[in-house]
Amino acid sequence: MAENPISVQDVAEGLQSVGYLPGESTALVSFLAAKLGKPVLVEGPAGVGKTELAKALAKYLGRELVRLQCYEGLDEAKALYEWNYRKQLLRIQAEVGGTGWDEVQDDIFGEEFLLARPLMTAIASEKPVVLLIDEIDKTDQEFEAMLLELLSDFQITIPELGRIEATTHPVVILTSNNSRELTEALKRRCLYLWLDYPELEHELQIVRMHTPELPETVARKLVDVIRMVRELDLKKSPSIAESIDWARALLLLGAREIDQDVFRQTLSVIIKHRTDLDIVAERVGVKLEPASAA
Amino acid sequence: MPPVKAIYGGLPDKAPGSFDGELLAFVEDLRSEGMAVGTSEMLDAFDALALIEWQSSSDFKETLATTIAKSPEDRRVFDLVFERFFFRAAEAQAVRLSVSEPQSRAGSDELDLEALRRQIAQALEDGSESELRDLARLAIAAFGKGEGSGVLGVDVQRIRRALGLRTEPQPDLPSDDPRHDGLPREQLRRFEQHLRRELERGLIERTQALPPKRPLTDLDRSLPGGPVQDLAAVHKVVAQLRRRLATQGHELRGANRHAHVDVRATMRASLQTGGVPVELKFRPKRPRRPELFVLCDVSTSVTSASTFFLSVLHALHDVFRKQRSFVFIERISEVTEIFQRERDFRAAAIAVSRDAGVADISGYTDYGRVWTEFLAEIESELHPRATVIVLGDARTNGRPPREDVFAAIAAKAGRTFWLNPEPRLYWNYGDSVISVYEQYCQAFECWRTDQLEEFVKALTKPTVR
Repeated sequence: MAENPISVQDVAEGLQSVGYLPGESTALVSFLAAKLGKPVLVEGPAGVGKTELAKALAKYLGRELVRLQCYEGLDEAKALYEWNYRKQLLRIQAEVGGTGWDEVQDDIFGEEFLLARPLMTAIASEKPVVLLIDEIDKTDQEFEAMLLELLSDFQITIPELGRIEATTHPVVILTSNNSRELTEALKRRCLYLWLDYPELEHELQIVRMHTPELPETVARKLVDVIRMVRELDLKKSPSIAESIDWARALLLLGAREIDQDVFRQTLSVIIKHRTDLDIVAERVGVKLEPASAA
Repeated sequence: MPPVKAIYGGLPDKAPGSFDGELLAFVEDLRSEGMAVGTSEMLDAFDALALIEWQSSSDFKETLATTIAKSPEDRRVFDLVFERFFFRAAEAQAVRLSVSEPQSRAGSDELDLEALRRQIAQALEDGSESELRDLARLAIAAFGKGEGSGVLGVDVQRIRRALGLRTEPQPDLPSDDPRHDGLPREQLRRFEQHLRRELERGLIERTQALPPKRPLTDLDRSLPGGPVQDLAAVHKVVAQLRRRLATQGHELRGANRHAHVDVRATMRASLQTGGVPVELKFRPKRPRRPELFVLCDVSTSVTSASTFFLSVLHALHDVFRKQRSFVFIERISEVTEIFQRERDFRAAAIAVSRDAGVADISGYTDYGRVWTEFLAEIESELHPRATVIVLGDARTNGRPPREDVFAAIAAKAGRTFWLNPEPRLYWNYGDSVISVYEQYCQAFECWRTDQLEEFVKALTKPTVR
């Protein structure tokens, strides 16, 4: 695997070879991230392939992917490291009366009793990894602040042990659904990539790449319909993954054409809300050709 | 070199052509438009530029954008400033080196005007950027005879009219003509931009001087509102709003975050450590989900904003379970049910105008009557945890504002917000009486994305009890 891409073109082709079709700026930013060693903050609506990008990058660069899924209330103990206190207790009990306190104290705060969480794993790894910090906007601001040390210097300070520095430079991808404004400090340390729903042609290529057996005309119709659906005011717009799912469903059904019948039957693949179903059936469904008599 | 400075207006005293200087000037330009660009980000930009090849202008632009513009709003400003700055920089260089564009190809007199019209309309449908540029030049050569009026906007509109380019369908044209079904608005806008640029270029060539820089107006950043702009754009803004609403208030900060120890959970967790409560568990604090009463003006004076307002209503309905919506012109009408049932706001708008019966005679807003009716209808239901939101421009058409009734409503409800689609500049001019109401409620001007966000923040902010 190409460890060190030399040009933007390189990255674009590399990502494509692992099944991710990057837009122009996506390839460029990935290239810069690998070269500059700066974290990338990827923002955009749900389902445009933010997480996929990290996975594809890991695959392309031949690195392991370390993933930290963020959620409300995520704290250092779950993201960085934790002392394995049960083991520590056992250690103390096993030695009861035998050794002096000093010795035990030195002992129980050794690396043996440290539970490495994702961020720690990424830092301490022998081989360079791709670190994915998913949905960073779900955490609170304190957590963001804690990340700053990691993101700019790739090091972690553990009071009892000292500083742990990264031996290798991980590629860091942070994703956000933009549900809250991230702090300036975090943004300043990152490259920024805004991913949006792809252009018609681009999405067509993506769909074709994943379902090459689907007839071109059907695929084109499919992305056309998807685009119409996205323009509606829905509770949840269909994502790229869902267009691919739909293409697969159509393939399984052996559909040669997207007419009203087929559309109605497979609608639930792309629309996941009851009220949305009605609107889409009403607004988009009628624009399709009625089912052929045969 | 003083003469240079005179020509370039805002450019700094750097040696011409010094790239670092130009880039610094560009960043300075961004800052002057209110973007916060840090020194470290600028250094990143330089680092990144060293890595890419510069042949492709889009690579160059994206590289700058990824290191400097860190939010969709910033990106919008960035794009506008980038366009303006590098256009000016290139023109300045052209003036300095006295390069001039070859005059329009083909003698303009022999141009078949009808063919040109069709060609442009076709190009607009197909949407090739470079073709549009060439055609813009041709169009100027054909229709923009002489010096023009000197005002770019006027010339652009004159040429566009002469070309017969319109977004509305023109059914009297033959059906294979692209103009038959109307032209895509977005494309037309782009063509106008090309026209404007080419006209500007011509002007610079003639006068050998750059016109003063036009700062971005608030209009460039304004919310998509009403029929002029795309629905899709409205949805985008509102989708963002919905997401924010759904998550806002979850992240409480500081000491407030964990209020109560959850004894049950703590005990259960302590089993792992032999009954010693090593880990304290806290009760999660629920975000505020207030009861909402929304009043939305649907009269003609807010037509341009009502699309947006109705979308906001939808967004609120998605998030807040306990919400009652009312529309009003001369009197109010409850539309809660319509909004729960109808997601397509066009249908909702029709349903509202058909069933609601909000206009009696004149079709002008009568705020006084609206307050009275509203208070009569829901007085018993208002309580300190309720929030009242009014969407309207507070233009009373000379009728009594009845702020006493409004004050009574505000006093009964916990909080009262007013969203006004007009810029603050116009408040209290003419028949706008917003200041009368403002003393009883929190009024927001709401015609830009960031202003909407301010409102969302205020709405979901947990109250101190």
